[in-house]
Amino acid sequence: MATTRHFFTFASPARFYALAGALIPWFWIAALVLGAAGLWIGFFQAPTDATQGDAYRIIFIHVPAAWMSMVLYLVMAFWAAIGWAFNARLASMVARALAPTGAMFTFCALWSGALWGKPTWGTWWVWDARLTSELILLFLYLGYMALVNAIDDTRRADQAGALLAVIGSVNVPIIYFSVKWWNTLHQGATISATAAPKMVASMLTAMLLMTLACWAYAFAVVFTRTRAIIVEREREAKWLNEGAAA
Amino acid sequence: MTSPPVFSTVLGRDLRLAARRRVDALLPLAFFAVAVSLFPLGVGPEPNTLRQISPGVLWVCALLAAMLSVTQLYANDQADGSLEQMLLAGGSAFSAGIAVALAKAVSHWLVTGLPLVLIAPLFGVMFDLSGRSIAALCASLALGTPILSLLGNVGAALTLGVRNGSVLLILLIVPLCIPALIFGSGAISAVESGSSARGHFSLLGALFIATGLLAPLATAAALRIAIE
Amino acid sequence: MGGYGLYVWGSYGVIAACIAIDALIAIKRHRAARATTAANGENG
Repeated sequence: MATTRHFFTFASPARFYALAGALIPWFWIAALVLGAAGLWIGFFQAPTDATQGDAYRIIFIHVPAAWMSMVLYLVMAFWAAIGWAFNARLASMVARALAPTGAMFTFCALWSGALWGKPTWGTWWVWDARLTSELILLFLYLGYMALVNAIDDTRRADQAGALLAVIGSVNVPIIYFSVKWWNTLHQGATISATAAPKMVASMLTAMLLMTLACWAYAFAVVFTRTRAIIVEREREAKWLNEGAAA
Repeated sequence: MTSPPVFSTVLGRDLRLAARRRVDALLPLAFFAVAVSLFPLGVGPEPNTLRQISPGVLWVCALLAAMLSVTQLYANDQADGSLEQMLLAGGSAFSAGIAVALAKAVSHWLVTGLPLVLIAPLFGVMFDLSGRSIAALCASLALGTPILSLLGNVGAALTLGVRNGSVLLILLIVPLCIPALIFGSGAISAVESGSSARGHFSLLGALFIATGLLAPLATAAALRIAIE
Repeated sequence: MGGYGLYVWGSYGVIAACIAIDALIAIKRHRAARATTAANGENG
């Protein structure tokens, strides 16, 4: 009984607000430290690639950004679905808070992919399977944000967004498969514009550190945004007006 | 026991309404014709170029015509209250929702999709497609337009009563239609270039079945969200 | 950067800017929400 209460305690917006507020500074510190370490190893320890020269170093932000964009979409759909299924307000708020950061990472993956493609493959944009799928993922994020913003009724917006996010998640593998199919059939763009160089240990370490840094950053910003949404929605709640923990 | 009447009632009603407003029903076709005709004007009349882009052009215009015509599916019924009546009929709210969703998808396809399949050969000729390619065009649209109607349905239910619903719907649903677009236009291109389109049609068929099974469920869920 | 400076710094620069903007907007949103609630609390 007590353990169950403990588990769901932070499902209450008030307690999440307090907990998140305490954790956010640590996430920022972790993001900065991990990011600095990752970049240092990536730029100063990892060797120059034989074919791509120093241009390949974009990989240390391109790959983590792409991973984050995909993972955050699934996490967003997950929490939105939980919020819908269990009528859990906080879960829906977290889902909404995830979307802008996820979209940002998607844009970063596209941008860095384009700037990596130009020196290595000669064009700013290549319709290869991965970049095209990233572009479609960006549209999925924008669609979710547009839908929840267009519906005034909060609960209906949360539920409709959850349904859309779940439909999107189911479709992501289908879309990726069809885009890969499309790409391999049209022989012109078969070469992946973002082919990674042969990976040395230092490169892998740098990528791992950068990924962890992106995770920590995502936690920091998403928690901040969730706190903002909590305040916006729970305006009438007494505990906030009585000056709860900052 | 109670679901079949919901399906056939809604379907019959929608078809009768479409028959009464024939001009409204033909608008998506007119849009298709105009949109398709824009491409040669924009790209140039070179036959080889046009032949190459025609599968994609025809498919994209069919997709847009379907999306633009789907917003009205539920709006009028919600405005006069009949949508709630439809959903309340039948044994359970959920099965009524599925029956309504299926009926709406079928009626949309019969009014918009099927005519597109029938007039597509005309445009195939305009783009100088071979006879076999035109047959592939009709077959791929015959399989693809139901998918578009089903997916459009989900979007219409999700954006019911929402500001800028029709534009929002396009943003939401078009990414989901991309696999159908790829396999559908790819099938025509394959036939045009002489290779086999069997893989394309198999995948398109699989999409058709999967969408037919899942989209009505999603639409029913979206209707419940919108009505509550 | 062996001549690829434009691309490498162009990537990291824009991404750093995006991250900063994303974070700042979130923080500002939170501050604005608290300010509005405090104002409402005084009036209500």
